[in-house]
Amino acid sequence: MNIKALVLRAAGTNCDVETAWALEQAGFEAQRVHVNRLMETPSRLADFQFLVVPGGFSFGDDVAAGKILANQMLHRLSEPLNDFVEAGKLILGICNGFQVLIKSGLLPWGRVEAATAGCDATLGWNDCGQFVDRWVHLRCDSGTCVFLPQGETIALPIAHGEGKFVPRDEAVLSRLRGGDQIALRYCDESGRPGGQTNPNGSVDDIAGLCDPTGRILGLMPHPERFVEITHHPQWTRRSVPRADGKIFFQRAFEHLRRQ
Amino acid sequence: MHRVEVRTKERFGDPHAEGILAQIRELGVEAVRAVRSARLFFLAGDLSDADARRVARELLADPVTEVFFIGASDEGDARVIEVHLQPGVMDPVAASAEGAIRDMGIDVRAVRTGRRYELTGEVTDEQRQTIATKLLANAVIENVFFEAHTPPESQSHSYKLKVVDVPIRDLDDAGLEKLSRDGDLFLNLTEMKAIQDHYRAQGREPRDVELEMIAQTWSEHCGHKTFRSDVRLKNRQGNLVEEIPNLIKNTIFGATRELNKSWCLNVFEDNAGVIEFDDEWAVGFKVETHNHPSAIEPYGGASTGIGGVVRDPMGTGLGAKPFANTDVFCFGDVTMDLSDVPAGALHPKRVMRGVVSGVRDYGNRMGIPTVNGAVYFDDRYVGNPLVFCGTAAVMPKSKCTKQRPNPGDAILCVGGRTGRDGIHGATFSSGELTHQHETEFSHAVQIGNAITEKKVLDTILQARDEGLFSCITDCGAGGLSSSVGEMGEKIGAEVHLDRVPLKYAGLSYSEIWISEAQERMTLAVPRENVERILKIFADENVEATVIGHFGSTGEAPAKPEAGSGRQGAGNNSQNETSSPVLRLFYNNTLVGELDMEFLHDGLPRPTKDAVWDVDAKASPAPPKKDNYNETLLKILAAPNVASKEWIIRQYDHEVQGGSVVKPLVGAAEDGPGDGAVSRPVLGSNRGVALACGMNPHFGDLDPYQSALHAVDEALRNVVAVGGDLERTAVLDNFCWGNCNKPDRMGALVRAALACRDAAMTYSVPFISGKDSLNNEFQTSDGQTIAIPYTLLISAISVVPDVTRCVTSDAKKAGNLLYLLGETRPELGGSHYLRAEGLQTGNDVPPVNPAVNVKTMRAMQKAIFAGLVRGCHDLSEGGLAVAAAESAFAGGLGVEISLANVPTAAEFPGDDTPAGRVAKLFGESAGRFLVEIEPEKAATFEKLFAGLACAQMGKVTDTGRIVIDKFIDLEINDAKAAWQGTFDW
Repeated sequence: MNIKALVLRAAGTNCDVETAWALEQAGFEAQRVHVNRLMETPSRLADFQFLVVPGGFSFGDDVAAGKILANQMLHRLSEPLNDFVEAGKLILGICNGFQVLIKSGLLPWGRVEAATAGCDATLGWNDCGQFVDRWVHLRCDSGTCVFLPQGETIALPIAHGEGKFVPRDEAVLSRLRGGDQIALRYCDESGRPGGQTNPNGSVDDIAGLCDPTGRILGLMPHPERFVEITHHPQWTRRSVPRADGKIFFQRAFEHLRRQ
Repeated sequence: MHRVEVRTKERFGDPHAEGILAQIRELGVEAVRAVRSARLFFLAGDLSDADARRVARELLADPVTEVFFIGASDEGDARVIEVHLQPGVMDPVAASAEGAIRDMGIDVRAVRTGRRYELTGEVTDEQRQTIATKLLANAVIENVFFEAHTPPESQSHSYKLKVVDVPIRDLDDAGLEKLSRDGDLFLNLTEMKAIQDHYRAQGREPRDVELEMIAQTWSEHCGHKTFRSDVRLKNRQGNLVEEIPNLIKNTIFGATRELNKSWCLNVFEDNAGVIEFDDEWAVGFKVETHNHPSAIEPYGGASTGIGGVVRDPMGTGLGAKPFANTDVFCFGDVTMDLSDVPAGALHPKRVMRGVVSGVRDYGNRMGIPTVNGAVYFDDRYVGNPLVFCGTAAVMPKSKCTKQRPNPGDAILCVGGRTGRDGIHGATFSSGELTHQHETEFSHAVQIGNAITEKKVLDTILQARDEGLFSCITDCGAGGLSSSVGEMGEKIGAEVHLDRVPLKYAGLSYSEIWISEAQERMTLAVPRENVERILKIFADENVEATVIGHFGSTGEAPAKPEAGSGRQGAGNNSQNETSSPVLRLFYNNTLVGELDMEFLHDGLPRPTKDAVWDVDAKASPAPPKKDNYNETLLKILAAPNVASKEWIIRQYDHEVQGGSVVKPLVGAAEDGPGDGAVSRPVLGSNRGVALACGMNPHFGDLDPYQSALHAVDEALRNVVAVGGDLERTAVLDNFCWGNCNKPDRMGALVRAALACRDAAMTYSVPFISGKDSLNNEFQTSDGQTIAIPYTLLISAISVVPDVTRCVTSDAKKAGNLLYLLGETRPELGGSHYLRAEGLQTGNDVPPVNPAVNVKTMRAMQKAIFAGLVRGCHDLSEGGLAVAAAESAFAGGLGVEISLANVPTAAEFPGDDTPAGRVAKLFGESAGRFLVEIEPEKAATFEKLFAGLACAQMGKVTDTGRIVIDKFIDLEINDAKAAWQGTFDW
């Protein structure tokens, strides 16, 4: 049986095509579906094993990045989404998709709920106050997260204006640490986090976060932008052994195939 | 009405406010100690207080980082500035918020937004005014208040049809000229007379809307009158040197026709030029300027500039998908004293910030990577900044040719609503800017919404793939008047203007017809497909409306009765017409009727006088000097050469997943790339290289050589990264002064001739182009500032195998450095002369296209064969700059010996300052700095038999740039100089 991935798009989503392509390279049957179609027929979501909210500027980042699409999830799609999570399926939010997952409540605690969504953590404006496109190194910290090879350091590009991860307080941060939910941290080439390597001022250098089960991952960097060797900014200089972004999709595929 | 203020919690800081504080300091206002900002939302409707609080808590304010306040907060000691959008200006945030509030189950009638700033410090009223108008608000679209302001709910004024005739038949010459001027028609007397003759023959006066449409179609912007003119090129004594009928046809078009490349699929007759990519796909490319609007409102002007050029390929063939943007800007000196900025012009730094943000916000939101560009600075751009935006797009080969609508096809207006924005943009851009333009033509600036355009793109591609429309074009300059007018050129059309969806009521039929409101496309749809296509648009919340149909119904061009109008469709007689007719209706009243033949062919072709006759003037001999470290550092820091990383990083250059060679390259990913390479079709190893060439400093001195340089540079850049010269096409964008002045026209003719000669010799066709003339600024004291002659050449090249691409950074110590191409002695227009404060002559190094094309072809072979580790084109600052850039980009060193540099036959001795300087900093065309592994050197050299090619250095691991005993610099120092200029 094919493993089906739904790439959710809305007005202003703009990474859906290459995300679907990356999913197909990993073995998925990927469908790009407009949120209007899903709101018309929410039961469609149950046909899929993997939900990907790709990057872009859903609704132009109006009000705040990801906010309007998250609002639609909260008020029009909460039931099928919570069912999807409870069924043990996978969700990935990339960049704007991460912002949507945070603002809809899917992260950090894995539940779409209007009263609590967005109250424990947020993604705010980069410290530099503007959009930044550059490559970063990331340390895969979480052993719980199904998408990541724990302990490895990988390279991916970021491209965002609102990517500074901010937890509500120290207690939330401790709980995230305790739950092994801090999936990715900005670091240097050798895997050491902190300092200049943090591109946006994220607390604790957090670049990606998973829910307590490890099946929902949100991250600011773009794995779909490093699925070819020639994506790497230095491929003309030296041999690049692996397109790191592929791992996310391959591991998701393997996880679902095993089930 | 509920007012909601949202602000960042104290402990999280406010990066926007901090940025504004820094800019206030740049304005010279030291008194402001701190800035706080708040976002304002105004909710109109029957909301309870509890509803408003819930909206604020759950939707508007971030629970973690922000707090909200319902009502107007107490400002305490702070001085307040509030900025509110003017009524009628589109507010996308408000529209999104309205939808989201309804999703929450709360009924809201309307939302408006604003911004509030609280300044602490001893700020005078005058300073506050300056900060508000120079920094925070744009008077064109926004209002400023110095206290908490809650806007009244906007009232729309309804429109009552009033048909206006404009008497023209009895006017004398002075009357015609006055009519042109007062009506902002920007037509000359000959043209006004042609219109007068036409209406005399018709036996009636024109309707206002007819006159508007003629002015728009005949505008310089749409009609390209200067380029289509018959030119009389004279010498300074006034004797005729050469007559060139229809300038463009006999230069740029002519070359393309003569080259007759089979892979040119759609050239010069559509909105973008199209070439073959592979058996299945084609790629289109278009570069536009949006100069005048950007001068008045940099952010809006630039964003609608990119929005406009993106619609060009969307409206080419049956619609293409953009995959890469380019941008090239020209600004005044950003370090200029505020008091030196002429009245009516904005400070160059403000223009630059605004333009960069505008392109960023629109391009990033559209999801099109901005992959290539350039920025040039010259004092004369102060009143006329230039903003070139380009878009490359991909489409199925089977859908890439120019299409025409069929009679009976519905006219579908898709996308944004029509408002009063952008009225007279096409005619406005055809005139000169004056110090009063800032206020007079504010309505000519359009306001953009990238998400609307993205939605239009998403849905149009679906409709294209289902084959639902027969023809598409963008609704750009001239609005519906232009798009429907062009599409209906051969068969006419009937349009019901009352059916066009409006942003607000109150627009007259004329305003609806010529409005340049953004994000609109016009489609011709066979009747049987209308229902299906409307569903596709509705499914994704894209507005689409049938506003009429193509084809005239066969009624005789009648004389509308003055004032009263005439009943339309119901009363048609069935006489045959000889020429297609366009008929405009409002509530079934015929409000305008135009003969398409007159509209499209009635424009008298002007004759223009041109003079280019200047004496040769050599640049001064370089003074003797033993060490050129300082000169090199100065050139690296020169604004035209310096790193543009500040701009590049703000642009998403990797979205769509096709990136192969990025704009920044090297070991630290911050060195300068030559051209950018992308894959338009994921999964294919074929790619597209984009690059540009331009040098306004050469343009001043020798427009002919300058144009050759621009073409040569653009081609060098695509070849340097792995493009195929045999599958390369170029675009021209001329930005010139007032070409009614014979010297400006002379320069234009020389540059156009060079384009023809270059195209023929390099065997590279032009496939599209655009001109923006009248870039002159009248200051309040009557002075005219004309921009330098500025020709941008943009190249698009198919890359047969992206895995062979090459970048400019030095790769490995021990590799050999080669210089390809001859170095010439001339220094005119060089950065060397500027850096040393020497006056330039007009001795621009002459280009030898016949030889350079051979070098490029050999270079290409070497790259395709995998022989090349690094390749950098030599341009501004010559060899020394190219070598320094390669070295610091690679984090390595270089060692170069000038003795081996290949030179022209006549060249000053190596031991003379002239010879040394020309080798170090000369800007001769046709040269590459190439890095080769020692074991491949012999094979590489063979490819260049008979051409200038010499090993003159090597890559080292010393981290130093060493050129004989003349230059010895740490790469970190060189890089710091290069990066310091725009470390904003």
